[in-house]
Amino acid sequence: MADIALNARHDPEAAAATRRYFWNRFLIYAVLTLFAVIYLAPLLVVVFNSLREQSDIARNGLISLPRSFRLDAWAEAWGTYCVSGTCEGMKRNFFNSLWMTIPATLISTLLGAMNGYVLSKWRFKGSEILFNLMLLGVFMPGQISLMPWAFLLGKLGLTNSTYGLVLIHVVQGISFTTLFCRNFYVSIPDDLIKAARIDGAGFWRIFRKIILPLSPPILIVTVIWQFTGIWNEYLFGVVFTSGQQQPITAALVALTAGGTTARAYDVMSAAVLIGALPPLLIYLFGGKYFVRGLTQGAIK
Amino acid sequence: MSTRDLTIPVAAPATPWRQRLGTMVPILVLAPSLAASFIYVFVFTLWTLYLSLSNSSLMPTYGFVGLDNYASLWANRRWNIAYTNLFLFSGFYIVGSMAIGLLLAILIDQRVRGEAVWRTIFLYPLAVSFIVTGTVWSWLYNPVDGIQAFVRGLGWTDFSFALTANRNTAIYAVIITGIWQSSGFAMALFLAGLRSVDPDLIKAAQIDGASVSRTYRKVILPTIAPIFLAVAVIQIQFAIKTFDLVAALTRGGPGVSTTFPAIYVYDLMFQRGQIGEGAAAAMMMLAALAVVLVPYSLWIVWRRRTEGRNG
Repeated sequence: MADIALNARHDPEAAAATRRYFWNRFLIYAVLTLFAVIYLAPLLVVVFNSLREQSDIARNGLISLPRSFRLDAWAEAWGTYCVSGTCEGMKRNFFNSLWMTIPATLISTLLGAMNGYVLSKWRFKGSEILFNLMLLGVFMPGQISLMPWAFLLGKLGLTNSTYGLVLIHVVQGISFTTLFCRNFYVSIPDDLIKAARIDGAGFWRIFRKIILPLSPPILIVTVIWQFTGIWNEYLFGVVFTSGQQQPITAALVALTAGGTTARAYDVMSAAVLIGALPPLLIYLFGGKYFVRGLTQGAIK
Repeated sequence: MSTRDLTIPVAAPATPWRQRLGTMVPILVLAPSLAASFIYVFVFTLWTLYLSLSNSSLMPTYGFVGLDNYASLWANRRWNIAYTNLFLFSGFYIVGSMAIGLLLAILIDQRVRGEAVWRTIFLYPLAVSFIVTGTVWSWLYNPVDGIQAFVRGLGWTDFSFALTANRNTAIYAVIITGIWQSSGFAMALFLAGLRSVDPDLIKAAQIDGASVSRTYRKVILPTIAPIFLAVAVIQIQFAIKTFDLVAALTRGGPGVSTTFPAIYVYDLMFQRGQIGEGAAAAMMMLAALAVVLVPYSLWIVWRRRTEGRNG
């Protein structure tokens, strides 16, 4: 007892330092919490509203705790809500997005892996220049390609079809996937490839036996990047498809464009969440790879 | 003589043919992607360039009119609004999200508990589409149902927050939402940068008695200076391409007050049947990107070379 009292009296500086430390920590967590609230609030508002009754929302506004818990809005948004005459909810558009995103992701990733393999391990005269030219595709604004795509899709009979969007996303995605894979494969030692070639392994054998087994990290990054990017894309969806053929992003804009008439916020909230769910789930379960893709895409 | 005549015809067809095929495989694998990229990057760009010089209106036509479309584009008041918005948005958006991103990164870097949780919260907006973000925020900005109604309900009855209802303030709603969406991205890049700083450097500063804030200002931030530039360049790119966010949040309105170049292109090409002028606006977008990206890429190449030379 006496010791403690003595210490406290004798070391005011240490006490002040401790106090300052705690204030610091408190401030850090306070600021982080404040921002966390700002970031999470919109998500919570939408989740709550998808569970509330429309009459409750109309009376108490959008920002309020749910007084009821019902999934009717979800069911309606998924299957029966009417947008411009057809009452099928979002499910068609959800599957449009899915059947657009999955093939486009897989094809562009596969092509990117093979391109990256060639451009890192089978370089030839001029391959670096070709690689740099392909990279230009990363920076192209979609607006430049709108009219040419409209013409090409028309010629190919792919206007207003999911296949047309798959084609666009594959072509647009190749430069990203090639970049990701090439930069990853460069770090695989060339000696490994040389040794395999001396043993008589050819192009495809080396790809299957050496490159692919080492590829999962970069393939996951690429697939996540492509999937979220293509799922969330809006411009091509709204330009080249309409009504029943629209991917979910375009359908969401059509759904919420109701003007100022009484808005079914409960159903629209559920619809928005249906559209946001696939990339959110991927983010939550593959967050590490998502972030890696971001930083790799950014700092080349 | 006779032996040579014998051996050559036997050996020649076999090995060179297989060898040649062997060396061809990588090029054959690359060829389809190369062709597609070439068409996408060069043919499409030249195509749109030509359309921008043509008299295309409702359909693409190829009567050459020189720079007429560009002249009428720059004479258009709405285009003026579009690029003014772009400058305004770019400035606030980049500075805002970098400032918040840096603050969050530094705070998280203070060995906080639950780092992964904080990071996940700050970065999730980037996983969802601008369409989702824009839609939800358009509700929150709605004066009748959103934030204004909420604060008034708390008792502050003359509180006013109706950015999207007013021509002069709607652009700030776009800016705020843009910052909300992407400051987590800046945070992720800054955090990666902070973690890559040599710990010995920081230790040396601390031994010299430098305070935390001084260590950050004098040692850590200067070493991650290239990241500031990288973040800025990426965000200018986002800004120039901004389309989805505005389409979902304000649809370019009220009136035409939140028109952006990308919105302008879409509107002219597909709503007003002025393909020629729309193509001219698209070419201006490309030019804006080139103005930012070409010097940046050259700088990157130059930096890599000098670093390579210095070991």
